[in-house]
Amino acid sequence: MLPIQSQAPDFELYATPDQKIKLSSLQGKRVILAFYPADWSPVCSDQMALYNEMLEYFHKANAQVIGISVDGKWCHMSFSADRKLHFPLLADFEPKGAVAKAYGVYNEEIGECQRALFVIDEKGTIAWNYLSPVGVNPGADGIMDALEEMDKTKKA
Amino acid sequence: MPLRTPVNETDYLFGSMNAPIELVEYGDYQCPHCGRAHPIVKDLLQRVGQQVKFVFRNFPLSKIHPQARMAALAAEAAGLQNKYWTMHDILYENQKRLHHTALLEYAAGIGLQMDQFTVDMEREDLATKVDSHFYSGMRSGVSATPTFFINGEKYTGSWENDDLLQYLKSSFPL
Repeated sequence: MLPIQSQAPDFELYATPDQKIKLSSLQGKRVILAFYPADWSPVCSDQMALYNEMLEYFHKANAQVIGISVDGKWCHMSFSADRKLHFPLLADFEPKGAVAKAYGVYNEEIGECQRALFVIDEKGTIAWNYLSPVGVNPGADGIMDALEEMDKTKKA
Repeated sequence: MPLRTPVNETDYLFGSMNAPIELVEYGDYQCPHCGRAHPIVKDLLQRVGQQVKFVFRNFPLSKIHPQARMAALAAEAAGLQNKYWTMHDILYENQKRLHHTALLEYAAGIGLQMDQFTVDMEREDLATKVDSHFYSGMRSGVSATPTFFINGEKYTGSWENDDLLQYLKSSFPL
């Protein structure tokens, strides 16, 4: 996976059937990229449900959370509506897994993203990363620690 | 992973204060897994009685369980009238019926002073308490419910059937 301190590769992916999100357009904000294997699977659902409850805390830390998987935009739309998610899920669908590959978190064997987290700072540099065992929900504590650490270094 | 906010005087404690084992559950009143865990925990507490003190903290996933937070507030409000655990049990035994009217019905059913209860349900400090439960859980690595902590360490094994009881028996002289 891409190491801390490297530049986060830019990308533009569908967030809804007719709208794309470009990473570089979020500069000035911190971005939490959550790569996950698949919509609907139990662990991913728990993980996304947790982030959904965390939006207020992320917002306070000037951070936007974004989920990414290889599922298509219509699948994302349906999953997102079912789970009432209030943050974007991006479709790394065509070419399949290209963004996950650029971040070094694509599982070639299964054809899905690994369960990986990146926190990107206001300037587009990777400040923190974490690769979780695929069956384990990484929670949000690592992300919150990373965001706090960024606040500290900023003040110092 | 350690429990970042240790058990303190704001927590309701079930069991003996001096019990050597401290079991903390982060749960959501509307979560079906927590509903399944409820009788298991009750049974466990009955069997190991004096050895375990139990604390419940709220981890409501409000966007998928829209009634969970209100139910948590009902338990906290009941707690102010010394009926925390009674309400806690009722909520889990009636998980499918946690709307506002139902909560009032349960409160009346256990003889709470109703004017006080409805005022307390709206209390800012109780809302803050529920939020702080969620926050402390999240910072301690709670990623889904129920999550248990045993003597301050996250328990990652199974809690199904009597797995949790067996774990305690194998780890402590019970």
